[in-house]
Amino acid sequence: MQTATEIGANHTGMDISPTAEEMLENTELTEPRGDERELAKLRAEYGSEADPVGTLPQTEGSLALLMDKLGERLAFERSGARLYDALMVKCKTGGAKIAAQELQHIRDEEAMHFALCGAAIQSLGGDPTEQTPCADVAGVEGMGLMQVLTDPRTTVAQALHAILVAEMTDNAAWEELIELAQPIGNDDLVARFQKAQENEAHHLEKVRAWYKAATMEALD
Amino acid sequence: MKGILQEKGVALEKQRLTWRDMVQKPISKLDDDAYTRVRVILMNGIELEASRFSHACARMNPPALQRLLADVRIVEQHQATLINWLVGPDHSPLEATIAYEQVAIDVTAGVAMREPDPYLAQVYRFGLLEDFDHLYRYSALLDRLEGKDANNILQSYTDILPARPTLDHHRAPQDNVRKPYDRKKAAPLSKLHALTIMAAEQQTHNFYMNIGPMYADPVARQLYAEIASVEEQHVTQYESIIDPEESWLEKWVLHEVGEVYNYYGCMQQESNPRIKALWERFCDYELGHLQVALAAFKKFEKRDPEEIVPQELPEPIPFASQREFVRETLANEVDLRADGSEIVEKDKESKASLRYRKEVNANGSPSETISAGYRWAPGSELKLKVA
Repeated sequence: MQTATEIGANHTGMDISPTAEEMLENTELTEPRGDERELAKLRAEYGSEADPVGTLPQTEGSLALLMDKLGERLAFERSGARLYDALMVKCKTGGAKIAAQELQHIRDEEAMHFALCGAAIQSLGGDPTEQTPCADVAGVEGMGLMQVLTDPRTTVAQALHAILVAEMTDNAAWEELIELAQPIGNDDLVARFQKAQENEAHHLEKVRAWYKAATMEALD
Repeated sequence: MKGILQEKGVALEKQRLTWRDMVQKPISKLDDDAYTRVRVILMNGIELEASRFSHACARMNPPALQRLLADVRIVEQHQATLINWLVGPDHSPLEATIAYEQVAIDVTAGVAMREPDPYLAQVYRFGLLEDFDHLYRYSALLDRLEGKDANNILQSYTDILPARPTLDHHRAPQDNVRKPYDRKKAAPLSKLHALTIMAAEQQTHNFYMNIGPMYADPVARQLYAEIASVEEQHVTQYESIIDPEESWLEKWVLHEVGEVYNYYGCMQQESNPRIKALWERFCDYELGHLQVALAAFKKFEKRDPEEIVPQELPEPIPFASQREFVRETLANEVDLRADGSEIVEKDKESKASLRYRKEVNANGSPSETISAGYRWAPGSELKLKVA
C-alpha cells in the first residue's frame, strides 16, 4: 500500500496538456444565456414544497428532539465502530506506527456508545431499532468517510483525516446531547453522556496526534 | 486485422474469471490518460449491449440457440464486470457523467469523420452536437454542485461549449426514427459504427436512469431526467439506422465481430500497459465467441459467414481529441433539426416536435437553469467572478 503521496504522472492539470491553449479559448467562445439566480430559485421552489425525510413515531413532545438526536448518535457511533474496523486494516497494511490495542480500544468504546444510546432511547420509552430523521441524514453525511477508509489506495494519513472529521463531529454532538438531556432531570443519563464525551475528547486528541504524525512522516 | 474468420482465439470453455480476476485495481482518475477511461467506458457499453442483445435473441429463438447464447453471455457478464469495475471509486457519479459525455463526443466524432455513408455521417454529427451540449450543461452542474472542474476529467482534450441547446433536443418520437442502412449494400465499417454508437448511447441512457435519483439536489435530479430523455431518443435514433432485415444470427455474428473490432482498436491505442494486456486478452476471448456464433450461423441458417463478415477488419475507431471537427460541425450544423427520418434546417422542423417540446418544457428547462450565465473557466467559473 502507498504510505505517502508520490510524485508521478498526474494528467489533470492544464500545464502539462499540449492542448491547453485551445481549451482556454472556451471561456471566450461561450456566450452564456440566462441569469444564474434561476438555480437558487428552483432549489427554493422545491424546498418550499418538500416533505421531511421522515418522522418520529409518537413521542412525548418535550422528548422529540432528544430522541431524534439520540437516534442520530446511535447511528453515528455504530458507523464509527465500523470506521475503526476499516482503519485497523488500513494501519496494519500501511505499517502505521499506531498500537493496534489503542485502535481496538477506541473501536470498542464507539461500540459501547452505540449500546449506551440504545439503552437511553429504551429508558425514555423509545425504540432503538428505529431510524430517526437525524440518524438518516447523519448516514448521508458519513457516506464519503467510509469510501475513504475502505479504498485500498488511500494512505494512513488520508484515512486518519476522514476519522478526524468523524471525531470532531462526534465531540460536538455529545456536548449537544448533554445539553438536551439536562432539562429532563435524569442525572444518571447525563452522567453517562458526560463519560462518553470524555472518551470522545480523548479519541479526538489521539486522532489529531496520529494524523499529524502520519502527515509529517510522509514528508520524511 | 486480417482473417478473423480463421482466428480461433481462446476457446469458450477456457474463459473463466474468478471474482478476484473481475475486481482488479481500478485505473487512476488522476494519472491515467483520459482516453484510457474513455475506452473503459466504451467497452463496458459494448459488453452490456452484447448482453442485452443476447437476452432479446434468446427470448425469440429455440432452446438449442438459447443454450449457446447463455454459454457466451455469462462470459460477457464477467467481462463487463471486470471492465466497469476499472472505474475508480473516487469518481463521483457526476464526474463519471463527464467521462461518459467525453466518450459520446470524441468517439462519435471519430465515427462521423470516417463514416462512408453520407446519410449516416449526418446522423452521427446530429447526435454529436447534442452530446456536446450535454457536456456543457453537466460541466456547469459539476462546478455549481460539487465545486469541481470538469476539465480535470477531460484533460483539455474536449471543449466545454454550448451547442444545440438541450431544451431543443426534445422531439416527437417519430422524429427520432431514422432510415436503416441496407444490410446487403452497407460497408462493414458502417455496420460496426452503428453497433458501437448504439451500444455507447444505450449504456449512457441506463447510467443516467440509475444515478439521476441518487442526487439530493432537485436541479441535478431535473437535469438527469431531461438528458436521460434525450439519451433515450439517441438510442431510438441509433438502433433505427441498423437494418432490421438482418436475421437474429446475422446480428449475433455482427455483434461478435464488433466486439473483436473494438477490443482490437483499444489494444492498438492503449497507453496503460496493464489495461492493454486486458484488451488483448478480451480480444482473444471475443474471437472465441465469434467462432461459436459462426458455427451457429452455419448450422441454423446454412449460410456462409463470408457473406456478412469482412476478411479484413477496417481501421479502428480513433480515441483522440476531435476538437477541430467538433468545432467545425458546431459552426455549420448547430441549427439543424429533424423531420421524420431526415435532418433538416431549423425552419423545416416537424410541427409534431415543436408541439412536443412545448409540452415537456412547459414548466421550464433544467438544462437552461443549471447553466444560466455559465461559462467554463480553468478551475471554476468562480475565478471569473472573484477577479
